[in-house]
Order: sequence, then C-alpha cells, then structure tokens
Amino acid sequence: MSAKRRADEVRAGWAMSAPALAAILLFFVAPALASLFLSFTDFDIYALADISNLRFVGFENYARLIENPLFWKAMSNSVLFVAIGTPLVVALSLCAAMLVHSRWLSWRPLWRVALFAPYVTTLVATAVVWRYLLNTRYGLVNYLLSLFGAGPIDWLGSPTASLPAILIFVAWKTFGYNMIIFLAALQTVPRELEEAARIDGAGRLARLRHVTLPAIAPTVLLVSVLTVAAMFQLFTEPYVMTEGGPAQSTVTVLYFMYEEGFKWWNLGSGAAVAVLLFLCILGVTLVQLRLARRGGAI
Amino acid sequence: MTRRLVVTALAGLVALVTIAPLLWMLSVSFMAPGEAARFPPPLLPAHASLENYRQLFGSYGVGRFLANSLLVSTLATLLALLFTVPAGYAFAKLRFRGRDAVFRLLVAALVVPGQIGMLPLFLELKAMGLVNSYAGALVPWLAGIFGIFLVRQYCLSIPDEMLEAARIDGASEAAILHRIIWPLLTPVVVTLALFVFLSSWNDFMWPLIVFADQDLYTLPVALAALSREHVQDNELMMAGAVVTTLPVLILFLALQRFYLSGLLAGSVKG
Repeated sequence: MSAKRRADEVRAGWAMSAPALAAILLFFVAPALASLFLSFTDFDIYALADISNLRFVGFENYARLIENPLFWKAMSNSVLFVAIGTPLVVALSLCAAMLVHSRWLSWRPLWRVALFAPYVTTLVATAVVWRYLLNTRYGLVNYLLSLFGAGPIDWLGSPTASLPAILIFVAWKTFGYNMIIFLAALQTVPRELEEAARIDGAGRLARLRHVTLPAIAPTVLLVSVLTVAAMFQLFTEPYVMTEGGPAQSTVTVLYFMYEEGFKWWNLGSGAAVAVLLFLCILGVTLVQLRLARRGGAI
Repeated sequence: MTRRLVVTALAGLVALVTIAPLLWMLSVSFMAPGEAARFPPPLLPAHASLENYRQLFGSYGVGRFLANSLLVSTLATLLALLFTVPAGYAFAKLRFRGRDAVFRLLVAALVVPGQIGMLPLFLELKAMGLVNSYAGALVPWLAGIFGIFLVRQYCLSIPDEMLEAARIDGASEAAILHRIIWPLLTPVVVTLALFVFLSSWNDFMWPLIVFADQDLYTLPVALAALSREHVQDNELMMAGAVVTTLPVLILFLALQRFYLSGLLAGSVKG
C-alpha cells in the first residue's frame, strides 16, 4: 500500500510538472541556447528562404559588430540608461517608499495605489501620452518649466535631451513597483531602532545612513539588480517615442537587436547582439553582488 | 498634528503629479481635433465629446484590436494557469526524484531575460507554422517560471497532514489536487491570473514580432502603428491610449490587494 502510494506520488509529481517543464524547455531554454548557436552562423534572409544557405562563420558576427559604429552607439546609450537610470529610479523609489511609510501619513493605502498606478498601465499607451506631454511647443512639461522661467526644451527632438526625456518617462513608469518592494522592507525595520537613534541625538540623515539603509541593504541590492536588467532591456520606449532618434541618440541594445533581426533579417548578427546583451546584464549583476558582499550588505 | 498635515499634503502632491498624465490623457481624449495643440495647454475640453472614440472604432477598427487583446490575454491567462498551477503544487508538495535539482535550475533561469532567445523562438515558431497566428502570441506565456515560483511559495504553507489524511482515505493524487488543494489556492490563483492578464495585455515586443497581419494586432501594437501615422492628432491618440490602458487600470484598481501581495511574494521572499 505505502510503496504503491509513494510510486503514485512520484508519478503524479512528474505528470503535473511535465507540461510546464516541456513548455519551458521548448519555448525558453532551447531558444536561449539556440541564440548562442545562431550567433556563430550567417543566418540571414537567404537562409530564411532556404536553410542550405546557412554557414558557420565562427566569431565573424562579433567581429563585425565591434566594427559597427551604430552598435557602439547603442551600447553606449544603454550604458548611459543604466548608469543614470539605475540610481535615479532607486533613489526615487526609496524616497517614495519612505514618504508612504511615514508614521504621520493619513490614508496610506490611497497614496500607495496612486503611486503604483503608472506601473500597471500599458507601456505603449503611456509612451504615446508622454510623447505628447514632452512636446516642445505645447507640452505640459515645457508649460510647467515656463512657469519657472525655464525652457522651452526640445525634449524628443534634440540628441542631448532625448535620452533624459525617455529616462523621465521610465522613472515615472517604474518607480511604483520598486517603491512597493522597498515599503515591504521598511516595514521589517523596528520603529524602536530609529526611535532609539533619535533619542541618542542622531539627525534625520544620520538615521537614514546608519539605521535605515543598513537594515534594508539587501533590498537596495535587489532593486538595483532588477533595475539594471530593466534599463538594459529598454525597447518600447524609444520605439514609440523617438524611433531611436534623433541622430540615433536613443537606439538601445535591444532596439538595435530588433532592427538587426526583424528589419534587416540578419538573424545571426542579431543573435550575437542578444548574447552580448546577456553577458552585459550578467557582468554588471556580478559586479553589484561583489560590491554588496564587500560592503557587508549580504 | 501639523506634521501629519504636512506629510499628508506632500504625499497628495506627489500622487497628483504621478497620476496627472493619466488624468490629462483622459481629458484630452474628449477634446476636439487640434484643441490640445495650444499653449498654454488646456486642462479641460471646451466641449467634451466622444468624437475621437467614435472615429477610433468607426474608421480605424479599434474594436477589432480590442477583441484581439481580450482574446489573447484571456487565453494566455487560462493556459498559464493550466500549465503552472499543477507544476507549482508538485514542486512544493510532491516528493519525486530530481525535483530539487530541476527547481534550482528554474530559479537560475529566472535571471535570464526572455528577449535573449527571441530570434530563435521566432524561427522555431515559423517552422511550426505558428508565426502570424494567435497561438504564436500565446506560446511565451506557457513557459511562466515566475508563476510556478509563486504557486510553489504559496503551497509550501499547506500542512502535509492534510495530504496524508486524504491519501489514507484513498484519494488519488489528481483528486487531491482537484478537490482539496485547488479550493485553497484561490488567492494565489487570482494573483497569478491578474499578473498574466495584465502582462500579456501590456506586452508589446513579442506581438509586434509575431503578428504580420494587421487583423491580428493587439491594442498596443495597433496603437504604436497608429501613433506613427498620426503624430499630430493628439486628441485621437489620447483616446487610443485610454482604450488601450483603461481596461487594465480598472482591473488593477478592482483587484489591487491581490496584485500587490503577489508582487511581494514573488520578489522579496524569493
């Protein structure tokens, strides 16, 4: 009886997980591994028509990318998005979380939902809205700036302002998500701890630095890692708001991969971009983990 | 008391700035053509009308895209539940050889972005004849590692004695999942369903790649195409943005408790 039940349990375990595992293998793991394989071939529109045109080319795709100025432009744009966007989003989310966490706040759930709302909106829709908000002549953003005697800024039309403009939109769209994660971490920090520091005469900034931040350090790391990955994967924002322009100032790595793969049908070269993108995300994440370990966060 | 007032007022201001773009989107969508292209920008329409919406559904066939979005998101949600809920339960509660090793691999795979395999996945679906079909758009949602993870976390809290008692009563493993476990899972199933529905509704890059026929376009793909043609028609585009994003915004507001709790279960405890 018992042995039969054990066998039943094993069989049921595999039967229940097999469909999901098969789907993951077929539609996630295999394509990801195939990207590596594809990146060593010259898969293009001719191979798409007739697979016998496919040849192995070794590292040729990678060598070509390294000589392609547009690839480097995309790479440096993405690095800028990561380097400026990550601290911006982390700081903004943490500030919002601390505001919503404040013990002097009334109607807390209302503010939490309001600040989170942009995150669940459809990216394409709000990108269209922000393209309009950032309009040079009649956009709301430039109107607000004009009240302070500043501007007008040609947000989406100038190669220097376009990247910050998209970052403003991305920050607005995503800070609510990280805010919720920070909020959960802040709730685990005992109020007494901060209270004790306050009685000892620690100022607001000192309390933040010596009490709150160390207590939530693992969460700061988590949010930073997630944000770096998200910043490396910007695609819809430039696609809708700027089409990568002006002067390629908002072409991201993923946007470049999309054009390489699905506009020019250079799938081999596009796959090489995907592999490099993955290595970049992995590399930065490992550096973050190492820094965190050295700083004693984890 | 004053402190409470100051902090709450500050939160109110931040919240207002945050949702202002959404409120303004709604307001401009009721304006007459060209009305919003003025400086200073008008906050409310002079004569509110539904003309932009009439045009969207009449001349631009947005009803079709709305139906496509509803169909794809609903099917994606049902399929994701069908595939991931039993797997999540099995990984939490059924002891089978290799379970822990496979689960560790899944957790490791969680850090690999889906975009990495996008080009080979396109070729794979092309070979299967699924490119340019609804099925092609649904495929990535079957492979939801996050869903397995979420359901597993939830199932871990179910006491083993419950399963043992049912086994002693002679219930089959399938019956245990169906009759005993499934009713307990309602909160996590609602959360997961909401996650998948919202994510598939909002998804852009994959439907953009997989659909060639305009007839199959989901709302985000259609809106992106329309907005490239109608850069100057702000009022029409705002109405399009409202049609695209209002359904998910309302769904979120109605079920936000489930959404936020799932978000935390998936990110912090993990």
